[in-house]
Amino acid sequence: MPKPDYLHFFIDPNRCIGCQACVQACTECDTHRGESMIHLEYVDRSASVQTVPVVCMHCDQPTCAEVCPADAIKRTGDGVVQSARKPRCIACGNCVMACPFGVPEVYEDRKIMMKCDMCYDRSSVGKKPMCATVCPSQALFFGTREQIEQLRPLSMPVNTFQFGSQTITTQVSTMVPRALASRAPHIDVVAAMDERPRSRAVSLTVISDPFADIEV
Amino acid sequence: MAQIPVDPLRIIERFGPHLSAMTGTRLSTSVEPDRLVKTHCCFCGQQCGIQLKVRDNEVIGFEPWEEFPFNRGMLCPKGVKRYLQGSHPDRLTTALQRDSSSTSGFSPLPYADAIARVAREIARIQQTHGPGAVAVLGGASLTTEKTYLLGKFARVCLKTPFIDYNGRLCMVSAGAANKKAFGIDRTTNPWSDMVGTDVIWVAGSNVAECSPITTNYIWQAREQGAKVIVQDPRITPIARTCDLYLPVKPGRDAALFAGVLQIMIERDWLDHEFINRYTSGFEQVAEYCREWTIERTADVTGVPQRALMQAAEWWGTAKTSFLFHARGIEHHSNGVQNSLGTINLVLASGRIGKPKSGYGTIVGQANGQGGREHGQKCDQLPGWRDISNPEHRRYIAGVWGIDEADLPGPGVDAYELFRKIDRGEIKCLVSICFNPKVSLPDNGFITRCLDKLEFYTAIDFFLNDTAWHADVVLPGSLHEEDEGTVTQVEGRIIKVNKAVECPGDARQDWRIVQDIARALDRPTGFTFTEPREIFEELRIASKGGVADYSGVTYEKITQQLGVFWPCYSNDPRTGEPTPDHQGTPRLFERGSYNPVAKGTGPFYFPDGRARFNVADYRPPVDDASAEYPIYLTTGRVVSQFLSGSQTRRIGPLVRQYPEPRIEMHPKLAARLGIADGDWATAETRRGTITLRAQVVTTIRPDTIFIPYHWPGAKSANQLTVAAQDPISKIPQYKVCGCRVRKADAAPDYAAVLEPQQ
Repeated sequence: MPKPDYLHFFIDPNRCIGCQACVQACTECDTHRGESMIHLEYVDRSASVQTVPVVCMHCDQPTCAEVCPADAIKRTGDGVVQSARKPRCIACGNCVMACPFGVPEVYEDRKIMMKCDMCYDRSSVGKKPMCATVCPSQALFFGTREQIEQLRPLSMPVNTFQFGSQTITTQVSTMVPRALASRAPHIDVVAAMDERPRSRAVSLTVISDPFADIEV
Repeated sequence: MAQIPVDPLRIIERFGPHLSAMTGTRLSTSVEPDRLVKTHCCFCGQQCGIQLKVRDNEVIGFEPWEEFPFNRGMLCPKGVKRYLQGSHPDRLTTALQRDSSSTSGFSPLPYADAIARVAREIARIQQTHGPGAVAVLGGASLTTEKTYLLGKFARVCLKTPFIDYNGRLCMVSAGAANKKAFGIDRTTNPWSDMVGTDVIWVAGSNVAECSPITTNYIWQAREQGAKVIVQDPRITPIARTCDLYLPVKPGRDAALFAGVLQIMIERDWLDHEFINRYTSGFEQVAEYCREWTIERTADVTGVPQRALMQAAEWWGTAKTSFLFHARGIEHHSNGVQNSLGTINLVLASGRIGKPKSGYGTIVGQANGQGGREHGQKCDQLPGWRDISNPEHRRYIAGVWGIDEADLPGPGVDAYELFRKIDRGEIKCLVSICFNPKVSLPDNGFITRCLDKLEFYTAIDFFLNDTAWHADVVLPGSLHEEDEGTVTQVEGRIIKVNKAVECPGDARQDWRIVQDIARALDRPTGFTFTEPREIFEELRIASKGGVADYSGVTYEKITQQLGVFWPCYSNDPRTGEPTPDHQGTPRLFERGSYNPVAKGTGPFYFPDGRARFNVADYRPPVDDASAEYPIYLTTGRVVSQFLSGSQTRRIGPLVRQYPEPRIEMHPKLAARLGIADGDWATAETRRGTITLRAQVVTTIRPDTIFIPYHWPGAKSANQLTVAAQDPISKIPQYKVCGCRVRKADAAPDYAAVLEPQQ
């Protein structure tokens, strides 16, 4: 069965609290028990508690599949990009280097690439992926577009990403503050990398650096 | 003398903490469970619904339970991995006795012999020194049935006044403040009421790490327009994107609340109609606040004036609001006053007892709510009754079938109980669900007290750090090996269901307690055959009390997916039977009837009015000084729970945050010459600790933070001060003076202990 086409995955890093429930739950998946396919990183723990969860974005034209010399990575008709197929994958790691989002990993012990497949065993029977089910902040959300519109009026889903001259559209959307999203309909990832990091300690309106005056 | 029998390393070698891992059927992708058991997480006070996958009497995994209304499938990492506490290599499957001739310090003994020995020692000590020479310590992770039974066991079987519980470290400041202000001790609204509110004030609660599921409610409220105010010395994940962060200096919370209320009074951001009609005592509070000018408040609290003004304006002018607090303001020698300070802000706003407006304390432990209502607290009887109240005593003595004169009076708090051990007044201790050697402040003192006991028996499923001192250890039950009820953070009574049988000689805790009573030849009142029977007696015992469970049944809980107390078997107004009473999700609604006010008003006092209380600021005991210039504060991390007796045994959780670190600001680190990852030594008047430094800008530069889940040389509570609130007796975990330096060398433990040990 395919994943129902009215259900979508949305990521909102703004909500993420870095608790790793998604990572721990991912290891409970019935298709890859003991391994997590989610990447959850601090942006810079010395400066902030901000974390970013990364699941496979399920590109419409997956770079990982395009660069695979063994044609081992398949995108099913419902738009889900699957882990490498066992007999075909040669564990060359092309996909690891090519994926703009840094998602796939090669498991050297098993000589295979594995990645997030949106919990295909669950999503293909109408259930939510494990990570989005457990996520206590709902930074990872799985549901309909109507639900996300109703539940998240302050932000908008964006699924177009610019990497230099490459434009990528994805099945998974990132929630972007509405004001920002209405200015630019896509996220320019490379340009963002060149931006000087803003004061990451805390972005607060009333006191920008709450500890500035404290002497030790 | 209850001293550790052998070198602790030998005990650790045998009893752990070792790490459980996903192996065998728990790792297999082809093994199907026999069944799914709907139950709850065993850890924090949220009590998330979860389904456990069971196969061949083993819990092999979990499946989200999306129908349970509180968490709708959401879980934190502890909930996800909770199942790995079962089938654990460290699990106690026999009784143990201290045996210094054994390599591990303990040797197994038959269960019946263990019970006989415990009873013999209790009888001997009581004959020689009187009933009060024996004390009982309980815990708020136990089901309500067990806490009820334990209170009854202490008073009826052991005839001792000395019982208390680890909620003394957790909920008592909030409880005492609620009692003084409202006459009832419960969060006022279900969390779903939060969505749609104007302002949420989070006072001293690291919501994202300590009660993660609450995060989604707060974020959802913000999506619908709520402003979020967070008051904390650290920029925790919930503070990172809040609308207003109040970087309060540790221990100054009451001053902050008084200062904000003073601004509200000056600007007349008050609900006069509510204050006049539904409260009393406002004038005295206003009089007290007069001295808390914005200048003085900013000076004392370390919160800039403009932030105080903004907080007062948002809070003062909101139409709807929620205020939550947790241990951050409660773990203080001024904890009750801090809590009363928040309540004054709520009462002055008049925003309580309405669908989008409420107030609550976020409980820490699984049964932080239910565990503080039915009699394992030293001054309390079931139904939130008062052990000093003659009428309450008569009622409970009647339920228990004893003469009221034989019911002991109030005992002492858990820390004072150790002081009594120190003085030789208490000679025998029975403990369950409490690991004071890790969790009580200044725990070097606790260790010395344990050494002095003539006889100590601990009931537990793992050999916890305190039980190293035990003469006899009785193998108790895991959460998933028993059934019963728990009351979670919202005041919702939920049902824990049994998934597997106890292994080996281990058995359900309530059976063990009853076995001791029987062996003492005092079995009357301790012949329950299942938790349901205990609950049925509890319903009667709680009837007519403020925490009235009389209308609650196991079936009603299962059918409604939880019942909010009070839930009456008979209408408190007419006495008519009310078998269909659904409970009370929201307290203090205008026009509501309660059996204390009898219609005079919504609050639980005879005049129906809530009480303003002067919430006096007092500086912390052992405050920062020239000698100890830095504030030490302590708390949790998301992947560990309390003293870590369970979570330090779960491999994936340990890997997430293996060992405690000293969190400090780069300004402080630079002055001390400490780099991130260096060994650093923190020292207070009570002890020193050497841990790796974590240098981050997310903490006040004058404050360090150490999480408290580890034992021995890694225990933050070697440093904390045993100063207690005069009313609630909660210890002051959240602040004391300390000094910090770069360590001379790696600590000795680094070479011999694994991170979780």
